[in-house]
Amino acid sequence: MADETPVRVVLAKLGLDGHDRGLKVVARMLRDGGMEVVYLGLRQTTASIIDAVEQEDADVVGISMLNAGHLTLGPLMVDALADAGLDVPVVIGGIVPDEDRPILAAAGVAGVLGPGSPAADVVACVQAAVAGRGH
Amino acid sequence: MVNSDSRTDSGPGFRTLSGIPVDGVYGDGPLPGEFPYTRGVHAEMYRSRLWTMRMFAGFGTAGDTNARFHDLLRAGGTGVSTAFDMPTLMGRDSDHSWALGEVGRAGVAVDTVEDMVDLFAGIDLGSISTSMTINGPAPILLAMYVAMAEEGGVERSLLSGTLQNDILKEYQAQKEYVFPPRPSVRLVTDVIRFTTAEMPRWNPVSISGYHIREAGSTAAHELAFTLANGFAYVEAAMAAGLDVDDFAPRLSFFFNSHNDFFEEVGKFRAARRIWANWMRDRYGATDERSLKLRFHTQTAGVSLTAQQPEVNIARVALQALAGVMGGTQSLHTDSHDEALALPSEGAARIALRTQQVIAHETGVANVADPLGGSHYVEWMTDEMERRATDVFTHLDDLGGGSILEGVYAGIESGWFAGEIADAAYRYEREINAGDRIVVGVNAFTEGNDAERARLLRIGQETEDLQLKRLATVKQARDDRAVADSLRRVVADAGNPTTNLMPALMEAVTVRTTVGEIVEALEGVFGTYVEQAVI
Repeated sequence: MADETPVRVVLAKLGLDGHDRGLKVVARMLRDGGMEVVYLGLRQTTASIIDAVEQEDADVVGISMLNAGHLTLGPLMVDALADAGLDVPVVIGGIVPDEDRPILAAAGVAGVLGPGSPAADVVACVQAAVAGRGH
Repeated sequence: MVNSDSRTDSGPGFRTLSGIPVDGVYGDGPLPGEFPYTRGVHAEMYRSRLWTMRMFAGFGTAGDTNARFHDLLRAGGTGVSTAFDMPTLMGRDSDHSWALGEVGRAGVAVDTVEDMVDLFAGIDLGSISTSMTINGPAPILLAMYVAMAEEGGVERSLLSGTLQNDILKEYQAQKEYVFPPRPSVRLVTDVIRFTTAEMPRWNPVSISGYHIREAGSTAAHELAFTLANGFAYVEAAMAAGLDVDDFAPRLSFFFNSHNDFFEEVGKFRAARRIWANWMRDRYGATDERSLKLRFHTQTAGVSLTAQQPEVNIARVALQALAGVMGGTQSLHTDSHDEALALPSEGAARIALRTQQVIAHETGVANVADPLGGSHYVEWMTDEMERRATDVFTHLDDLGGGSILEGVYAGIESGWFAGEIADAAYRYEREINAGDRIVVGVNAFTEGNDAERARLLRIGQETEDLQLKRLATVKQARDDRAVADSLRRVVADAGNPTTNLMPALMEAVTVRTTVGEIVEALEGVFGTYVEQAVI
């Protein structure tokens, strides 16, 4: 990742969960961290997120869920991007128990951000996900 | 076992731990129970009746949640409160494509009356009050509750409880809306008309600041937005032809109790004073019960930390104490593991025990409004009122003299959501910069790596079970009756002066599902999509 082109991030709430406080805070943290944020908002599907990734030429997808659906929806997002031929990493934000992290990692999720993550960690996590593309 | 909210347990009278007799209230008027009720809605407050210890629960299938309700009642809880899963909150059946991965995960799945039957099995609905946190599809869930109770032999007039049914705060904060604001407010007034006529012990709306605060607002904005929504419902119901004193006594409120103890107490006291004055002076209410703001409190879920989760027990206790010092009528205490997962049974019990310690060991329930007269608390109460009044003036201007129209305008322009998001970001930046200390998060972090307690997990089997159950109900029902019921729902929805509740009662009785009814209504009302702004 070169300094001259800012990282482009698509942020979305995947599924029905309406808790958008965390995702909006993350959007501002990433923007303040020099990234370009495409905020899709609520009730997105894997298809609508993929459309946005293609249109916006995004480097990374951030999805948020506080509804305990991450083990289903996280891998679903990773697989949908792969099926669409997109090498774009997925970062999940929300309430994810520690023991689920290796399961999500094994499923190809590039990073997990829990509640209260400091801005520096949020930016670093997204940067690391982008740097790890193609691995 | 002390198992009630009556004060028969007070033993040696109202004395301190060391035996000093104490009066029920101190200070000059207006006293608790006197207009404008700043000091409380009852003269005796908790001397005559403790707050209701109403624990919010819901996960998995209706049977799973029913078992938790029974655990909580056995442990001394005095009411139950239902959390529905995300598909139910959004009015979708468990077999809808959107429901994938969400069935029973963050609440209980309810598709038909049959699930409602399982949910409240073995609970005496004539004596236990229940609460249902549902908004977009609230009238349908109320219809299901009534149908379930009447099939079980309890008449609707005997049912006591609360339907959240507060759609305005959904567009502002919680975001679980289905239809656009105006038809949704018509549904709210339909419920108010229905319960006013047929369910005298039911609270048709719980006007909720909780979610506004959780989404990130300040305390003053929680207070202001919530009361403005309350005024909006009053205006809508009066416009629908109801007399204010016929329905206002059953309006109830729901606030958050966060970490800043005195700010919270001031907020609760100001809420009562503002409501009483506005209901009397602006809306012409004369029944004393219309002027009294009664509220439920829940401790601040958003304040709980994943780091050193046991510390949350202390946070919850202090927040709960603020709710009691503020004169709450009922209280839910959060479980300390909620930043990690859904509340486990053990954590939910500690949360309930926290309320019992406050009620029975600390002595704070012996005197009404014990903080009244404190220079700081009285100043904070006034300050909260001043800040809320600024918001009312803004909304009144936006709405051209109508708070209801002002609230619609604020929703449509994204004003509420923007104010909330700004405050949320300010708060995070303060923590990030270290200007605000959160124990275990940005200070005192030794011990953060300690082993974690057992968490509650909802597996795939819940979804499988629920899908099977829904299929069985659909197979056994009369398809023609279902289709007829949906035609009536559509016809009645199309006529804004017809109350939709009778059509909904008919539909749920023949086992029409939540999702089928919501989709039929979307055909008439449309579906709301918000403008995404950060």
